Amino acid sequence: MILNILIGILVAFFGFVLQTSIGGINRKIVGRMQKRQGPKWYQEFLDIFKLLSKRSVSHGWIFDFGVIMALGGIIATAMFMPITSNIVAFEGYDNFFIFVYLLAVGMLGMAMSASGSGNPWASIGVMRALTTMLAYEVPFLIVVLTIINLTGHSSLTEIMMYQQQSGNNIFLIALPIGGIVGFIALMGMLGKKPFETYIAPAEIASGPMVEYGGKQLGMLFILHEISVFIEVSLFVHLFLGGASNIIEFLIKYFIVYTIANLISNVNGRFKIDQVVVFFYKWPLFMAVTQAVIAIYFGWVI
Amino acid sequence: MISTKYTVKQSLTKEEIDRKWWEVGDYFRRNSLWLLMYCTGCCAIELPPSMTSAYDMERLGMGPMATPRQADILLVSGYLSLKTLRRLVYTYEQMSEPKYVVALGSCPINGGIYHDSHAVINQLDQYIPVDTYVAGCMPNPESVLNGFVDLMEGIKNKTANGWKKYHEHNEWYKKNQKDVLGEVAIEDEFHQ
Repeated sequence: MILNILIGILVAFFGFVLQTSIGGINRKIVGRMQKRQGPKWYQEFLDIFKLLSKRSVSHGWIFDFGVIMALGGIIATAMFMPITSNIVAFEGYDNFFIFVYLLAVGMLGMAMSASGSGNPWASIGVMRALTTMLAYEVPFLIVVLTIINLTGHSSLTEIMMYQQQSGNNIFLIALPIGGIVGFIALMGMLGKKPFETYIAPAEIASGPMVEYGGKQLGMLFILHEISVFIEVSLFVHLFLGGASNIIEFLIKYFIVYTIANLISNVNGRFKIDQVVVFFYKWPLFMAVTQAVIAIYFGWVI
Repeated sequence: MISTKYTVKQSLTKEEIDRKWWEVGDYFRRNSLWLLMYCTGCCAIELPPSMTSAYDMERLGMGPMATPRQADILLVSGYLSLKTLRRLVYTYEQMSEPKYVVALGSCPINGGIYHDSHAVINQLDQYIPVDTYVAGCMPNPESVLNGFVDLMEGIKNKTANGWKKYHEHNEWYKKNQKDVLGEVAIEDEFHQ
């Protein structure tokens, strides 16, 4: 049991280091795309440690407690995440719905803390974040329920093993329409550019993060890195067939995050009502079509 | 002469340990400076070329930030009228420490071309401490970046300690602010 918890904490730490490095490399890639030199690859580490070294103000105990609760919730979620089909901290507990439930703890902690600061921009940002969540989760869940119906399991490791069996394609190829929906939902989860409504630095002054500075902002950055790790890993495990060894996982993870980041950097930003209408129009329609095709007609490539 | 006998190593005092940790923090702070741009004057037009692909501020780890709480540098570009000075003081006091002020152009140094205006202050460092000046009307992007590199050197050599001066000589700064502005009070409308 203690060994499992240790492995889980190592997984969360691995996710933090991995996503922070890949985020830095991606800032460099975007810089080269815009004909710039770009920052150092470890710039994100410097940013986080600088924030942790600064002094910060408090806006009451809800503000401080919410950040810690959110960070704890996200680390607890990351502990359940399988990295490859062998490296799992809690075997048998890597159910898809555990991630859906536990990810909400982090989101709600952040919402509570941001509202506790009393800044109107923060309230607007939290409202937008929860609205975006409501929008992308419906098409995403329909696709994932299709996958669960096809494989007969909701455990991530089982879904991974199903795709790795010979004769089965990975679900991005087996369910191509659903794969596209999954990727669009991933962009929404990551808060990448067309769906970046709740950060929007020029519009609502970085939304929920508006009153954070110093140590609380540093913890929020760590939270963000770990939650990006969880979301991208979910996509890799559900749609790209997971990984049988760690090198394969790193390559798949890097490709997915880089493509999402590159799409983000050539796009403008939707308004919040456009995000909701977009997700309830095309991705929802495509997800339902994919579910009908796959489940009732059985046309799975 | 150093004795070869075994001597107990002298443990560091608390001040020395604090200083060492502060130097470690300084390494992170000078490599990741986030700007809050207070762009009222014409010098603000020099910032886009120094941020984008021509001079690329991000390779030094710098970037714009949205709110005063998140930022490290308060970048004052250009002249300050009495109305904007009040907002500048509020903004400066909201920033989390350690914080630095960089003043662009000749207006914050001696008033520049507005030196005889009744509504413009002439010397910024009478009201808030300034760590680095970038002179010129307007300074070109090379000198803007040079000013930031100077600030980094200042953080390394512990000369950029304007925020400590603001604590030590707070009465003096407050008196100067009150002389030009009248009352300087932060109104908290939300909690009233």
